[in-house]
Amino acid sequence: MKERQKKLISGFGGRGDRIISNLVRSVSMIGILIMLFILGFLVMNGMPVLKESSLSEIFLSRDWYPVEEPPALGMLPLIAGTLSATFLSSVIALPIAVALAIFTAEIAPRRLRNFFKVLMELMGFLPSIVLGFIGMMVLAPWLQHSLNIATGLNLLNASILLGFLVIPVVASLSEEALSAVPQELRDASYALGATRWETTRRVVVPHALSGITAAALLGVMRALGETMVVLMAAGGAAIIPTMLTDPVRPLTATIAAEMGETPVGSTHYHALFFAGLILLAVTLAINLASFYVERRKR
Amino acid sequence: MNRNRSRKIKDLAMTSLFCLAAFMLVAVLAGVAAFLFKEGWQMLSLDFLTEAPSDGMTAGGIMTPLVGTIQLVIVSMAAALPIGIMTGLYFAEYSKDDWLARVLRVSIRCLAGVPSVIYGLFGLSLFVIFLNFGSSLLSAGLTLGCLSLPLIVTVSEQAFLAVPQDYRDASYALGATKCQTILKVVLPSAASTIITGTILSIGRVAGETAPIMFTGAAFFAPEVAKSVFDQVMALPYHIYVLATASTDLEATRPIQYGAILVLIGLVLGTSAIGVVARSRLAARSGRQ
Repeated sequence: MKERQKKLISGFGGRGDRIISNLVRSVSMIGILIMLFILGFLVMNGMPVLKESSLSEIFLSRDWYPVEEPPALGMLPLIAGTLSATFLSSVIALPIAVALAIFTAEIAPRRLRNFFKVLMELMGFLPSIVLGFIGMMVLAPWLQHSLNIATGLNLLNASILLGFLVIPVVASLSEEALSAVPQELRDASYALGATRWETTRRVVVPHALSGITAAALLGVMRALGETMVVLMAAGGAAIIPTMLTDPVRPLTATIAAEMGETPVGSTHYHALFFAGLILLAVTLAINLASFYVERRKR
Repeated sequence: MNRNRSRKIKDLAMTSLFCLAAFMLVAVLAGVAAFLFKEGWQMLSLDFLTEAPSDGMTAGGIMTPLVGTIQLVIVSMAAALPIGIMTGLYFAEYSKDDWLARVLRVSIRCLAGVPSVIYGLFGLSLFVIFLNFGSSLLSAGLTLGCLSLPLIVTVSEQAFLAVPQDYRDASYALGATKCQTILKVVLPSAASTIITGTILSIGRVAGETAPIMFTGAAFFAPEVAKSVFDQVMALPYHIYVLATASTDLEATRPIQYGAILVLIGLVLGTSAIGVVARSRLAARSGRQ
């Protein structure tokens, strides 16, 4: 009797359970599928460009004239544009973001701290088109007048605005890392007579360093992959920048600007997918690096 | 003694520097917000929201782009929510720490870092061309759905993990099966947190431009999309078009600032609701 009852229950529950469990399992795998599809479709559409061009032309040539006959597909200026904008925006934003995180986690009283946490999070939701718009309509004319240059749409403009996208990412993640440092460590340091700054610099920051590094990597990744800001504010000239006030044309901006008017299946089309592939490879590498840094800590 | 004083001074200097950085940022943000509001507030009226753009987009309101953005949000959430919530459920309730779960976790993490323009390329090649949905509401919505998936997964996993183990144990003790426990106990307790997460994802999706540029956003559409295979106007792309391709920049200037204000209000308003609701929930569960 007992055996039968048990069988009945597990048999009944078992079937329903198995259906639901299998459903949840299989639907969850869609995440893996999407990632594989993104990789697959980019490779499939990007690789054919190598039939018309070579890796050395793409990575070493300075000429990007994709619609001429025959097309010149040198992506060096585009890569230089991406790297320079990413680098400059990181130089601008990372110190500010970490300072903000230290202020929020170590200095601010509780109320102010909550205010800043919410502010950082909301700032992270600010659509990038808004920043691109500000770059075009507000910052560009101002830079043009105050620096007396030909165009305000340039590397400097785009990097400043990219900074506004990097700051919330890095600040909120670094703040989390700093807050996770046990209070006992701070207390011990204060008990030895250290000031707040000495405690922060010698105890708290070193302890949270891997979290801050992971946050900084994610911030760099954010700048690298951003499209609308550089499309609208960077000026769009496919040249290798030599000054802060040179216009640039990063990979993302090139894809966004040119994909719309490119015939499907043309060499130019494949070249733009190849540009996407370069971008994807770099962001994936940075993403996995930050994942690894975070994991190693635990 | 002298050394101690210099240490104190250094401490004070660094503290003030950090305070200064924080308040400078607030000042800049407040300044920009005030400027945008000053330029655009006179456009804000019911007519602006309910009239379609007219005269080659140099007059009228933003009804069609606004409705288009709402349609995109609906399609993307319809696709991403079931998948995202089930994946969160899988992580929290089903997965063991095996290789499949680890591959899935890394995939979701990678998806979270894929640049938005790459989602655009992916949507173009898969939905628009390969599946032949064309440049449409459906393609753009699905692309945005893929983009919002990692956020939804993370939020719902956290929501499920926050349900106390006692609830499950109590349910099992009453003889419920795992599936009954999840449907009747875990899901209802996690629902409010998942809803706040959904609100946050809506805020994210509504402001995206790059993924929809070549998957379904229309430069101009005379009316609201009637089927999922129609192109749609979207508010962020509309702003881009007005700012870069307008025939008469001076005439459209107020419209641009008005549209920007509406977009900021829409996105930050939605996100703020999500953030506040989440902190309320956290405070409530903390008190229990």
